[in-house]
Amino acid sequence: MTVIEKYSKYRFLFEELVSRDFKEKYKRTVLGMGWSVMSPLLNLLVMVLVFTKLLGRNTPHYTIYVFCGNLVMSYFRESTRGGMRSLVANRAIITKINVPKYMFLLSNNVSSLINFGLTLSVFFLLCIIDHITFTWRFVLLIYPIICLTIFNIGVGLILSACFVFFQDTGYLYEILLTLINYLSAVFYRIDGFSATVQRLFLCNPLYCFIHYFRCIVINTSVPSLQFHLLCLFYAMLSLAIGAWFYKRYNHQFLYYL
Amino acid sequence: MTNVIDCKNVSIRYITGDFKDIGFKEYVMRKATGNYHVQEFWADKNITFKIKKGDMLGIIGSNGAGKSTLLKAISGVMIPTEGTIKTKGSIAALLELTAGFDGDLTVKENTYLRGAMLGYTREFMNEMYESIISFAELEKFQDRLFNQLSSGMRSRLAFSIACLVNPDILILDEVLSVGDGAFRKKSGDKMREILSSGVTGILVSHTTAQIRELCNKVLWLDHGEQICFSDEVDLYVNAYEDFLINKQLPQSYEDVQMMSERYLQNVDLEQQKKKAKEIKRLEEVLRNKNDYAVEAALNILKEKKPELLKKSAFHEEKA
Repeated sequence: MTVIEKYSKYRFLFEELVSRDFKEKYKRTVLGMGWSVMSPLLNLLVMVLVFTKLLGRNTPHYTIYVFCGNLVMSYFRESTRGGMRSLVANRAIITKINVPKYMFLLSNNVSSLINFGLTLSVFFLLCIIDHITFTWRFVLLIYPIICLTIFNIGVGLILSACFVFFQDTGYLYEILLTLINYLSAVFYRIDGFSATVQRLFLCNPLYCFIHYFRCIVINTSVPSLQFHLLCLFYAMLSLAIGAWFYKRYNHQFLYYL
Repeated sequence: MTNVIDCKNVSIRYITGDFKDIGFKEYVMRKATGNYHVQEFWADKNITFKIKKGDMLGIIGSNGAGKSTLLKAISGVMIPTEGTIKTKGSIAALLELTAGFDGDLTVKENTYLRGAMLGYTREFMNEMYESIISFAELEKFQDRLFNQLSSGMRSRLAFSIACLVNPDILILDEVLSVGDGAFRKKSGDKMREILSSGVTGILVSHTTAQIRELCNKVLWLDHGEQICFSDEVDLYVNAYEDFLINKQLPQSYEDVQMMSERYLQNVDLEQQKKKAKEIKRLEEVLRNKNDYAVEAALNILKEKKPELLKKSAFHEEKA
């Protein structure tokens, strides 16, 4: 079956799953949606209050600088956390009806993406308040967003498979998330480090995505072609590993669910 | 005619034992200390059968025989560990009707979601929605959350959606009728109507009368082993009923015939016993109660067998 045939066959299911996830998330409350915008804002407020005096004195637009990091990290966190649970949460369906299991992961990712969109609009609002000049380069932000989304799907595929096999994946992943959060230069600058260490930061995909955002928004410069390729490489690598993992263990999930 | 389902030497293995729920940390620890054990468990062993278009296959067997696992493999939810299953056409598998509904969605939303999972299009669901709801008698509850429905209502909704199925192959796992009195009859009738419309199907049921009524082929499983696959439905169902009483599996065709015989004899015996008991009870009534009962009996005799009364009257006169 080609991809297009598959898509048209399962489009209805996909739409219904997305709408289910969305409704479930906000439980039909007005505040539910507001909260998903408020939560990163409050998080930002805490970070800015705590770190401005400590690290932000020499950083222009420090609030936006931190927000770039938060924006990417919160999208990554939410999308992969939800994706991780997507198979186990739908076990009642998966064990009874023959549907492609990755559907549940994808629909979950869509609702995270919508949430990200909301946060992104608040981000732009804050950019205006912070007197950031909007240029045509902002359009390029679509590139890291696409890469990040693919990256998230790949990581979600791996995690959801692990979560089926090992119930404590959730706890271990939380620890890993904290580590990634500290290693991604969310609230500090890296130009204080030696050149070698600075290069090491490029091994961290999330740092790359954050860096892209900062280049466009704060430095008003477009990253190099190599940097674009690096972002794409991470996205594709994650998706490839995820797809391989999923294909390999797909039929075994049922024994564990 | 071609085979619609072709099941060849299918075996399905479950893995049970340590790995479930222990978590990654414990897994690593046990692997390191050599304490990690896994047990294999064959739910189905070497099962072979073919069914053609229009056939209705009944699967019988006691609990844990591997019936549901086999159905999962045929519907494509599971992949057989060994062997192959070839199917032709679309399959609708109705396994455990109410599973997979979402309590936080309304009845309407759940209906569409379930329709989507069963592979229908949005247009089709738009068309059918009204009739689904009216068949389930849930017109007043369309915007209720699924959680707030009674369990009877839930199964009514599930059944009504499932009834839409117009597949090439229909797989039923104990879902012939649901709900309370009136709905039970309605749903049973509807299912029979679908089944008798010439659909190819598989039916798992513990009610042997249903298998006798609806199926023209029978597959008997016991602890994952295939006891038989045959079109002599009555013979094998008889033998199966004998097995349920005597707990002895047949070893050969002669055994099956013997068991079937024994079962029929048993049924005869039971009926005779019942008859004798009933006669005794009625005699008691006639003997102990006042004369009204006797009078009633005489009236009935006059009506149904007047010649008997005449005969006895004639004898009395002679005497």
